[in-house]
Amino acid sequence: MKKLTLPISDEDISALKVGETVLLSGVMMTGRDAVHKWLNDAFIAKIVEPTEDDIAVFEAIKPILDGGIIYHCGPVVSGVDTGNYKFVAAGPTTSIREEPYQALVMELFNLKGVIGKGGMEAKTLQGCIDTPAVYFHAIGGAASLIAQSVQEVITVHKLDFGVPEAMWIINVKDFPVVVTMDSHGGSQHVDVDERSKKVLEKLMAKS
Amino acid sequence: MQNLTKEILELIRRTSTDLPDDVEAKLRTAYTDEEDGSAAQGALDTILKNVDLARSNSTPICQDTGTPLFYVHYPEGLSTRKIKKMIVDAVTEATKLNYLRPNSVNAVTGANTGDNSGDDHYPTIHFEEVDENLPITFELMLKGGGCENVGAQYKLPNVAMHAGRDLAGVRKVVLDAVQKAQGKGCAPGILGVAVGGDRGGSYLASKETLLTKIGTKNPDAKLDALENQLTEEINQMGIGPMGFGGKTTVLDTKIKGLHRVPASFFVSVSYMCWAYRRRKMTVNGTEVIYD
Repeated sequence: MKKLTLPISDEDISALKVGETVLLSGVMMTGRDAVHKWLNDAFIAKIVEPTEDDIAVFEAIKPILDGGIIYHCGPVVSGVDTGNYKFVAAGPTTSIREEPYQALVMELFNLKGVIGKGGMEAKTLQGCIDTPAVYFHAIGGAASLIAQSVQEVITVHKLDFGVPEAMWIINVKDFPVVVTMDSHGGSQHVDVDERSKKVLEKLMAKS
Repeated sequence: MQNLTKEILELIRRTSTDLPDDVEAKLRTAYTDEEDGSAAQGALDTILKNVDLARSNSTPICQDTGTPLFYVHYPEGLSTRKIKKMIVDAVTEATKLNYLRPNSVNAVTGANTGDNSGDDHYPTIHFEEVDENLPITFELMLKGGGCENVGAQYKLPNVAMHAGRDLAGVRKVVLDAVQKAQGKGCAPGILGVAVGGDRGGSYLASKETLLTKIGTKNPDAKLDALENQLTEEINQMGIGPMGFGGKTTVLDTKIKGLHRVPASFFVSVSYMCWAYRRRKMTVNGTEVIYD
C-alpha cells in the first residue's frame, strides 16, 4: 500500500490514479461548510472585509495548506472545556456541499488534496487537474476507527464556528483513503453515476 | 413520575455507540457477497472494524450523531412536559460525555448552542399516548445529515419519469431517488418510503418505518412484494458501498401507505445510512429493558 507524508509534491500527486489506496501521514486541517464559505467571502470573492482575527488565522493556516490537505470532517472532540483536545470520532462529511468553493480554495493555497466522502463534481475535477490535486475518499461513518489515526490535535482555529465547523489542525498517521478523483481527469464518481444511470433507464422502461 | 434522565442517557449511549445486531448481520452478509479484494469489500471491512471498535470503546459509530429523533409511547396520565425535560437533560449530558456531537446550529445566526439544546423541534420528540397499564417506551434514532440530505419527496404523476398515481409510479420515483443519492448518503442504505399523506406527514411516516428491524415483513402483501422488488432492482444499479461500485447499495426497503387528499399524491423517501442507529428502552416500574 502506498504511503504519503504531507506536504505532498506535485510529482507524487501526478502519480496517483483513481482506485489507489493510500495511507496519509502528517499535519492536515479539518474544514467544511463554514470554513469554505468564510475563505470564499473574506479571501476569494472578497465580499466581506476580513477582521484582524480572520487575517491572523489565514496567515497561520497558509503554510499548513501549501502542499497540504483539507479534511472535510466535523469531529467529536473531548476536552473542549479544558483545551486538552482529543479526537473521539472523526469520519468524513459529504463533500459535495463545497463544490462551489473547492477548486478556488485549492488554487488559493496550492492544496494537494481534500479528503471527504461522496465525491465531487466537474468544477472540483478541473481544479484537481489545474492545481494539481486529488480527491481522497475516506470511509463514511468509520468515525471511531479514523479517530485512532489522529495522533495529536495541534491547535484549533475559529472554535466559535462550533466544534464540527472549526479548523482543527491535526497530526495523523496512516490515515486510510482511496483516490476517487485524480489529477488527470479520472473520476470514479462519474463512472459509477453513468453506469447506474444506464441500469436505471432499463429499469424505468419496465413498468 | 420517576426521573428517567439516567436511563435515557444510557439509551443515547447505546444508540450512538452500539449498532443493532440485525444491521451488523446484514453488513457481514454484504461483506461476503462483495467480490474479494474489491473496493466495496474494503469499505465494508472498514465499516465492520469501526462497528466493533465503537462498541468496545463506547465512542460514536459516526461523528455525525445526527438529529436525535425520539419516539415516546407514554401511559395515560404522565406529563409530556416532564418527559421532554428529562430527554433534553439527557441529551445535554450525553453531549458532555461525547456520545453526541454538539450538533444544534441556529439556522439564522449560525451559532452552535454547544450542548445540543435547541428549540421546540430540536431534539425532535414524538409523543403517543397509550393505555395507563402499559409501560413507557422510548425509541431513539440518530440520523445523520449526509443521509438526510439525499432524502427526496416526489408528487405523482411525474411526466418525465412516466410515473403515475399507482405503485408502479412509486417504484419509479424510489429508483430515481437512489440513483441520484449515489454514495452520498453513506451506502449501503436503508430506505423508508411513505406513500400518501401531506408533505409533512409523509416525511414523518417515511422515517417511522425505519424504527422496525431489517427484514420485517410488511403486513400488506403488495407493499411487501414491492419492497423486495425495489431492494433487488436497486442493487442491480452497481452503486455499492460508499458509491465505490458493487452489489450492495441498499440493505432493505420499507414502505408505508397513508391516506391522502384527492389532489395530492406524495411519495417520500427517507434514506438511512449504514450507521442505522436505533434503540428502544422499555420502563416497567423499576425494570428497564434495552432492546
